[in-house]
Amino acid sequence: MDTLLQQLINGITLGAVYALVALGYTMVYGIIGLINFAHGEVVMIGTMVAFTVIVSLAGSGMPLLIVLGIGLVVSVIVCMVLGWALERVAYRPLRHAPRLTPLITAIGMSIVLQNVAMIIWGRNYITFPPMIEKIIYDIGGASFTNVQVAIVSLAAVMMVGLIYLVHRTKIGMAMRATAQNPHVASLMGVDINRVIAMAFVIGSALGAVAGCMVGSYYEIAHYQMGFMLGLKAFTAAVLGGIGNLAGAMAGGILLGVIEALGAGYIGDLTGDFLGSHYQDIFAFIVLIVVLMFRPSGLFGERTGDRA
Amino acid sequence: MLEVNGLRVSYGGIQAVRGITFHVNEGEMVALIGANGAGKSSTLRALSRLLDPAGGSVRYRGSEILALPPHRLVEQGIALVPEGRGVFPRMTCIENLRMGAYSRNDKSAVESDLEHVLGHFPRLKERAQQLAGTLSGGEQQMLAIGRALMSRPKLMLLDEPSMGLAPIMVQKIFEVIRAVAADGMTILLVEQNAKLALEVSQRGYVMESGEITVTDESNKLLADPKVRAAYLGE
Repeated sequence: MDTLLQQLINGITLGAVYALVALGYTMVYGIIGLINFAHGEVVMIGTMVAFTVIVSLAGSGMPLLIVLGIGLVVSVIVCMVLGWALERVAYRPLRHAPRLTPLITAIGMSIVLQNVAMIIWGRNYITFPPMIEKIIYDIGGASFTNVQVAIVSLAAVMMVGLIYLVHRTKIGMAMRATAQNPHVASLMGVDINRVIAMAFVIGSALGAVAGCMVGSYYEIAHYQMGFMLGLKAFTAAVLGGIGNLAGAMAGGILLGVIEALGAGYIGDLTGDFLGSHYQDIFAFIVLIVVLMFRPSGLFGERTGDRA
Repeated sequence: MLEVNGLRVSYGGIQAVRGITFHVNEGEMVALIGANGAGKSSTLRALSRLLDPAGGSVRYRGSEILALPPHRLVEQGIALVPEGRGVFPRMTCIENLRMGAYSRNDKSAVESDLEHVLGHFPRLKERAQQLAGTLSGGEQQMLAIGRALMSRPKLMLLDEPSMGLAPIMVQKIFEVIRAVAADGMTILLVEQNAKLALEVSQRGYVMESGEITVTDESNKLLADPKVRAAYLGE
């Protein structure tokens, strides 16, 4: 019972992070049909930038919350610029190229960003200084920290904000129209290039926030961390139905919970043959099962209207 | 209002439109008719900048518009009702209509135009909150016309409005087009159904293998034995 509740709490925390990253994949896919494999690296850069800013401001005597806030904001801004530049430099020239070309470019950009990060931040694990004083709460034999509460609530705020943006604002309406019929949207006066750039910028901003969450949760960072995180978030987007915003959110949370429960019970299930460090396999089992039995994902039934 | 000069469109090595010249005067409805594959839709697609023409000039109210990107046309007062309707399937009727007014910033006038368009199309009013993808073909065509009206255009380009519709629906759509024209809208109508198109328009151009072969007042074209033989099935 304790394990179940504990792993549910951990899973939701992890899932909130996956959901934010998955939104970046799904927004871009929904509008231009590209799987931006460099998105995980954008998240990693977000973590690294936040780390650098927070560490260099730590000794300045500013209140802790302000320092963390500045770290988050700088990281979001850097990632927004990075997302915009990726689209402008790497993907826009290939807009009319065969589908495989931008996909390979995305993998290439991911390698480039990893190596840039390695040059800047080195090849070793970076440890975040323990700045936040952890408060541990107990409920029914399980526990959670104030960091987890902050992660889940910030993610919820971001997701509500995104839903509001997409469904209640003019730019959101333009994004939906472009996803459904880019030619006609342009005839309505929508500047398609601007909408596509916005999808990258917004997705990268969400990714930066997720990157800061990962940093504060695990308290370590590494230049290759974006690869696995990106792959899992991509799995979450596919699980929910890629191109579907609600699907990315639900898929993220669900994947987080599956992974946490899997990690919690894998020892019992295999007679301690496999330990919880095998938790990564669950994401890929989910990916394979979804692709085999429901490739359109949980929320995806919309295959016909993307002609 | 619209002067097209020597417009050429090619797909790969094939010329679909071979240097055509025509014009539309303010306040009139002009029909561009011809068989399937004559180059009518290519002409409209080039005018609405969905594809790049190989040559020629298109002057709208005295200035060249071929250099403009598609999203700048609507602010000039040009609205296209695309072939196959092109409604946004996962948006409601109301949202589709609002997309038509995307480039406008006069909020209160947009709201009153919305009421006006819904008054014009009672069917759309009944289905205001329904997703456009669930409407019938005729309703989608009405929605596409209503959406074009929402931009308060000065020139409306209609691409095959009768395509794929039941005869009774075609009649209804043409009543709508007639009503829009009666309000003073300038219309360029591209249509395979030559008889209907010539009945509602003032002038007509007949296109054949990428060229304009005949042009005259619509009622004279309707009486022309050659046109009757080739396009009116007589």
